[in-house]
Amino acid sequence: MTMNAAAGTEAGGSVQSAAGTGAGAPVVLDSLSRSFGAVRALDGLSLNIAPGELVALLGPSGCGKTTALRIVAGFEYADSGKVTVDGRDVSPVPAAKRDMGMVFQSYSLFPNMTALDNVAFGLRMRKIGAGERTKRATALLDMVGLAPQARQYPHQLSGGQQQRVALARALAIEPRVLLLDEPLSALDAKVRLQLREQIRTLQQRLGTTTLFVTHDQEEALSMADRVGVMKDGRLEQIAAPSELYSTPATAFVAEFVGTMSRIPGNYSGGDEVTVFGRDVPVHGEHASVSAGEVDVLVRPEGLTVEAVAGGNGIVTDRTFLGSLTRLSVLLSGDIAVKVDKTSTAATELLPGTSVQVSIPGTEPVLIAERA
Amino acid sequence: MATVATAERTTPVRGPAARRRSWPVWRWAILLIAAVYFGIPLYAGLKFAGFKAFTQVTSYPQFGSAFALSLRLALIATVLTLVLMVPTTVYVHLRLPRIRRAMEAITILPIVIPPIVLIIGVLKVAPGFLISTPDLLGLEYVILAMPFAYRSLDSGLRSFDVKTLVEASNSLGAGWPTTLWRVVIPNLRTAILSATVLTVALVLGEYTMASLDNFQTFPVWIVNFEQNSGNVSVAASLLALFVTWLLLMLIVTLGSRTARRRGGAEVTLFSVGTRQITPTVGEAE
Repeated sequence: MTMNAAAGTEAGGSVQSAAGTGAGAPVVLDSLSRSFGAVRALDGLSLNIAPGELVALLGPSGCGKTTALRIVAGFEYADSGKVTVDGRDVSPVPAAKRDMGMVFQSYSLFPNMTALDNVAFGLRMRKIGAGERTKRATALLDMVGLAPQARQYPHQLSGGQQQRVALARALAIEPRVLLLDEPLSALDAKVRLQLREQIRTLQQRLGTTTLFVTHDQEEALSMADRVGVMKDGRLEQIAAPSELYSTPATAFVAEFVGTMSRIPGNYSGGDEVTVFGRDVPVHGEHASVSAGEVDVLVRPEGLTVEAVAGGNGIVTDRTFLGSLTRLSVLLSGDIAVKVDKTSTAATELLPGTSVQVSIPGTEPVLIAERA
Repeated sequence: MATVATAERTTPVRGPAARRRSWPVWRWAILLIAAVYFGIPLYAGLKFAGFKAFTQVTSYPQFGSAFALSLRLALIATVLTLVLMVPTTVYVHLRLPRIRRAMEAITILPIVIPPIVLIIGVLKVAPGFLISTPDLLGLEYVILAMPFAYRSLDSGLRSFDVKTLVEASNSLGAGWPTTLWRVVIPNLRTAILSATVLTVALVLGEYTMASLDNFQTFPVWIVNFEQNSGNVSVAASLLALFVTWLLLMLIVTLGSRTARRRGGAEVTLFSVGTRQITPTVGEAE
């Protein structure tokens, strides 16, 4: 984030002038439903995006996130529900007239045009004169660090460069809404990280309302103001990344975002569950969970582990993560859990070591029916 | 160790290098067979016609009008074929991909249906003012060229991500006509050139339909004239062959030059290579 902020401050002036004021518009997805044959891709999806906000839709393949994005873009229609931008229902407006910039998952630059012509294409469609067009397109290419490649054709550019040109092209039309359809998924890890930071910096500086679709949780959590986790065409939860991670509303969100272990517990109704012999407060949706034996969902940092002879588990594996070491522990009853411990304290906990895993009980946990 | 070394030396090499070495032999063999197959009749024709016949051929009556008619029909058929087939094929790719197999089956029909049936069909539906004009033949050639044009265009559309490009164009504010003109057609140039090449070649060599319709196109003139002067007729055939060949090479060369500059596919007579969309330059970031 420090890097982002620094880059943003440096680039701020030129970015604003290249892509205009870029005032973001509020976007509302109101009870969107869409079916493809027997498959219900969207099932009453509702979402409010504030002006200038970057919202990421995260979910497994087939959860409906891309369908939602394509309906906002105007490439798909909703069976019911509507999309409003700045209070206006855009459902009947064709994609070409929606003023939305889009960056696609696959390389989408026009192969018959140079990088400069690609960026200038949207401006040309808006009848902007050749001189002004070239000036603005050049400034945008400069903004994404590709001014020297202005005269090159897409096949002469690398994947990362192509996506940066695509980003400049989408921003050139000064869109009220920027739509990103997994724009980084085709790139290698290093380029993906660089471009991720660049997109976030530009989006923050321009204040463009952005809807970003991804299946990569790290991407979503690091870039978005809010992350919406989708399942079966519905939003399971939408929250700030930290909230989503620390207090997931459902078992699906908990297990989809970050690492989560399931530990047997006993639930007698109410707001507490007994796990490792201790009563722990429960949060999230648990009204539908039946009393009795349940699974308690706990993150690796939510458990403690100590080397104890004759403890309740045995270390089976360890992964060094820098300041932390993640231990895989097999509890009695063949229950595998992950526990984080500071690397300095974990030096003795080698595979085969008998350990005692416990839960502090101060942080609320999520419960689910036994899997 | 010695045994191993011997085994290493005697084991046949089956790597890419070996394949590279063995391929040219086959290529040359095939080329030689093809050259003999096509070259001998051409040589025999040249020998039979003699040089003098080539100088005389253009001065014979109706040569000019027959040749001009064939060129005119080639132009009509090519323009109409492209105007009809390009939007249709693009539409099928984008909106009706499920009917692509049906389209393939439909477009093959002109090859399996006898020309006389096609002619009767066209005569039944053609407007009255066209019935007695040679332009009617142009319409028939459009049907005849359909299988070749469709396959070229279909292959071309499969060589790039047309759906994403069209959506990108739409999202930038371009309507359908602009998208078709500025995005789809330029990237389909290779396929369009292939379709053009095939249509022109087909029209310049077609005899049956023109003869049945009683129009004296160049191939019909050659056959008719054969009864008067055999060697001049053969010279005319060879001349037509060379002119057609030159025309096709011109289209292919021009198409390939532009395609190469833009990273597109090579223009060939019967297929369109896959466009290289993936990056060819290493990551520079």
